[in-house]
Amino acid sequence: MSAEIRTSDGELLSVKLRKVERRRRTTAFLLAAPLLFFIVFAYVIPIFQMLGRSVDNVQMNEFLSETHEVMQTWDGTEMPGEDVTSTFFYELKGLVEEKNHGKIATRLNYEKGGFTSLIKKTARKLKDFDENGNFLDQFIDVHKKWGDIEYWLALKRGTDAYHFRKYLTTFDYEQKFDGSIERIPEKKRINVTLWLRTIFVAAGVTFCCFLLAYPISHLLSVLPTRYSNLLMICVLLPFWTSLLVRTSSWMVLLQKQGVLNDTLVSLGIVADEGRLELMYNMTGTFIAMTQILLPFMVLPLYSVMKTIPPSLMRAATSMGATPFLAFRKIYFPLTYAGISAGSILVFVLSIGYYITPALVGGAKGTLISNRIAYHMQQSLDWSLATAMAAVLLVAVLIVYWLYNKIVGIDNMRLG
Amino acid sequence: MSGKKSDFVKFEQVDKSYDGKELVVKGLDLDIAEGEFLTLLGPSGSGKTTTLMMLAGFETPTNGEIYFDGNPINNIPPHKRGIGMVFQNYALFPHLSVFENLAFPLKVRKIDKAEIEERINKTLKMVSLTGFENRMPAQLSGGQQQRVAVARALVFDPKLVLMDEPLGALDKNLRESMQYELKHIHETLGVTVVYVTHDQGEALTMSNRIAVFNDGKVQQLSGPNELYETPVNSFVAGFIGENNTFTGTVKELASGSAKVETITGEIIIANPIAVSSAGEKSRISLRPERVNINPTEQIENRFEAEIKEIIYHGDHTRVRVNLLGNDDFILKVPNASSNSKLNLGDKVNLGWSSQDCRALDY
Repeated sequence: MSAEIRTSDGELLSVKLRKVERRRRTTAFLLAAPLLFFIVFAYVIPIFQMLGRSVDNVQMNEFLSETHEVMQTWDGTEMPGEDVTSTFFYELKGLVEEKNHGKIATRLNYEKGGFTSLIKKTARKLKDFDENGNFLDQFIDVHKKWGDIEYWLALKRGTDAYHFRKYLTTFDYEQKFDGSIERIPEKKRINVTLWLRTIFVAAGVTFCCFLLAYPISHLLSVLPTRYSNLLMICVLLPFWTSLLVRTSSWMVLLQKQGVLNDTLVSLGIVADEGRLELMYNMTGTFIAMTQILLPFMVLPLYSVMKTIPPSLMRAATSMGATPFLAFRKIYFPLTYAGISAGSILVFVLSIGYYITPALVGGAKGTLISNRIAYHMQQSLDWSLATAMAAVLLVAVLIVYWLYNKIVGIDNMRLG
Repeated sequence: MSGKKSDFVKFEQVDKSYDGKELVVKGLDLDIAEGEFLTLLGPSGSGKTTTLMMLAGFETPTNGEIYFDGNPINNIPPHKRGIGMVFQNYALFPHLSVFENLAFPLKVRKIDKAEIEERINKTLKMVSLTGFENRMPAQLSGGQQQRVAVARALVFDPKLVLMDEPLGALDKNLRESMQYELKHIHETLGVTVVYVTHDQGEALTMSNRIAVFNDGKVQQLSGPNELYETPVNSFVAGFIGENNTFTGTVKELASGSAKVETITGEIIIANPIAVSSAGEKSRISLRPERVNINPTEQIENRFEAEIKEIIYHGDHTRVRVNLLGNDDFILKVPNASSNSKLNLGDKVNLGWSSQDCRALDY
C-alpha cells in the first residue's frame, strides 16, 4: 500500500481532486443549461407531443367513456343492445349541452364517412327522444344510417384511447371493421406514390447536387484565396436570400411565358406552341431544389478537398498513374467523407422539403411534406399528419443509422 | 564509371517564368551524370524547386529543352517519364496502408502479384521497415513516413529519383541519420539522384556535386570541398559555410595576386578570382579557420585586431574581433592549451596567406 497523499490543509488529495473536477463540471453544465432548456422546451417536448397525436385518441375516449366501456362487451356481430344505445344517448346529450358534439363528429368521420352529418342531425333531434326505451329504433328514426352496423362499429373503434390506424393510412392501408388489414381502393391510393416520389426526388436531387458540387468544390479548393473567396460568395449567396424569393425567381424563369422559354423560343430552339413544361411538375421541383440545396453539398466537399495536399496527385502521377487513374484511386477515395456528409445533408433536407415543391411542384411534383401540410391545414386530420411526420422522422433516422454504420459519424465534416 | 553517360539528364538553355514577366529560372544549362547524387542548393525563391519540378514534368519550361537519357522530355507527361519522386511532406496516400502505398506504382505498371510482394519486401528491408506493411501512414512516425516515401519512389526501379527537401520536416538528429541512410541507399543502388535542399550541411554530406542556385541561375557547380574551399563568387562564399568579408577597391592586379585597398586604407594581398581589372570594387572572402593568431612565420597579410567577444563552443572558441573596420570578423580557435591566453580587449596580430583570401565580385 502506498502512503496516502494529502494536500496542505490535510485533506486527501484524491478527494480534493474529485471536488475540483465536480465543480468544474457543474460550471460547464450551467453554461450550457440555457440552451439545454431551450431545446427541451421549445423542441423536444413539442415534437414528442405532436408525434403523440398520431396515436392519441384520449379526448374521444373521455367524451364517450361510458359508451366505450359498455361497448367492450358488445361483440359487433349484430346490432348493439339497449345498454349501448342508452348510454350513448345520455353521453351524447351531455356533449350537446357542452357544445362538444362537433369535435366527436369530426373524429368519427375519419373512422367512417358520413358521421359528421349523422351526429349533427341526431344532436338536433335528441330533445324529441322518448327516454323510456327502445333507443336504437329512435336513432334509426332520426337517421337511417344508425341502422347500419358499421356506424356502431366505427363508434366502438373511434373511442379507443389509442390506435395505430393512422400509420396504416400513411401507407394506403386500412383496417376493416372485421379487423382485417387491406389496401385501400386503388384510385384512393396517394400516400405510397408520394413516399416513393419523395425518396426518388431526394435521391435524385442529392445526385444532381453531387454532380454539380464536385467540380465547383474542387475549383474552390485549388483556386488562390482571392478568387476562391469570390466564388465562395457566389456559392453562399443563395443562403443570404429568402427561400421564398429564390423559389419565386425560379417561377419567373421556368414558367411557360418565363425567361427561359422566351429565350429558347426567340433563339428558335423550340417552337412557340411547343414551349417546355418546366414548372408545376417534377422537372421544376428538381431544378429548384438542386439549386437551393447545392451549398449543403459544396461546403462539406470543399472542407474535405481543402485538406488534400496537391502533392498526392503529383506523387501518383510521378509513379506512373494517368491523371484519371490518380483521380480514381487517390483523390476520389479521399473525398468520401465529404461526399457522404454532403449527401446525407442534402438527402435529409430534401426528404422533408416543403416550400419549393409546394410552389413549383404542381400536382405531379408535390412531396410527402406537402401532404403533411395539407392534413395539418386543410383536412385538419392532425393525427394522420403527425403519423406521416413520424414515419418521415424514422426514415431520416434510418438513413442516419445506415450512414453511421457504413461511414461512421466521426468521419463527417461539414465545412 | 565507364559506360555511364555524363549527360544522363541535360538542361539546355532552360527558362521558366510563371507570370510572363519575371524569369524564375534563367538560361539554365546543367548536365547530370548517370549514377551521381546531385544537389540543387539555394535559398528559397532561387529556382531550385522549379528546376526539379520541370524535370519531374509538373512544370513546363518556358524556353529550352530538357533531355532525359538522350530523349527530349518537354512534351512527355509526368506519368510517362518513369522518374521516382520523394515529396517535401512525403505525400503518402493516407487511405492506403504502407504495402498498398508501395504497391501503387507497381500495380499501375500491371506487374503480377507475386513480384509486387517480392519487390515490396526487398524495398522495405532496404529502408529497415520490414513488418510495417499493414500500418497506415498516420500510425508511423515522421522518420518512418519518410522512409516509406523513399521506398515508394524506389520500388519501381526508376533510373532517376528526385527528392524535394525530403528531410525538412524531421528533427535535427533524425535528419542527420537519414542523410547517411540516403547516401548509403544511393551508393548501394547506383541510382541517379537529384536532391533539392536549402540546408548546406545536408548538401555537403550527401552529394557528389552541388549546384548552388541563386536568382534563377546556377552560381557554381562543383564537388562539396571545392565549393567550400574555392567559391567562385561572393554569393557562394557567403552561402556555404562561415565567411569573413572585406570590401575594397582593386589597386593592382597581377597574375595570382591582387592588391586591394580596404575602406580603412590598408592593402590586403588577395587571390584574384572574380576581378578583372584595377579600379574595380571587390569583396574579399576569408574563411575563419584560415586565419592564424600571432603568426610566427612570414605571411603576406598581417594586421592588428582587438578582441570584442569570446564565445566558448566546447571543441573550439569563437572569437569576434574588430579588424580593418570590420566589427564582425570571426575567428575559430581550436581549444588547445596554447590558445587559452585570449582575453577580452586584448590586441592580437592576425595573419593569413594571400591564397586563402579570395577577391570576388562586389
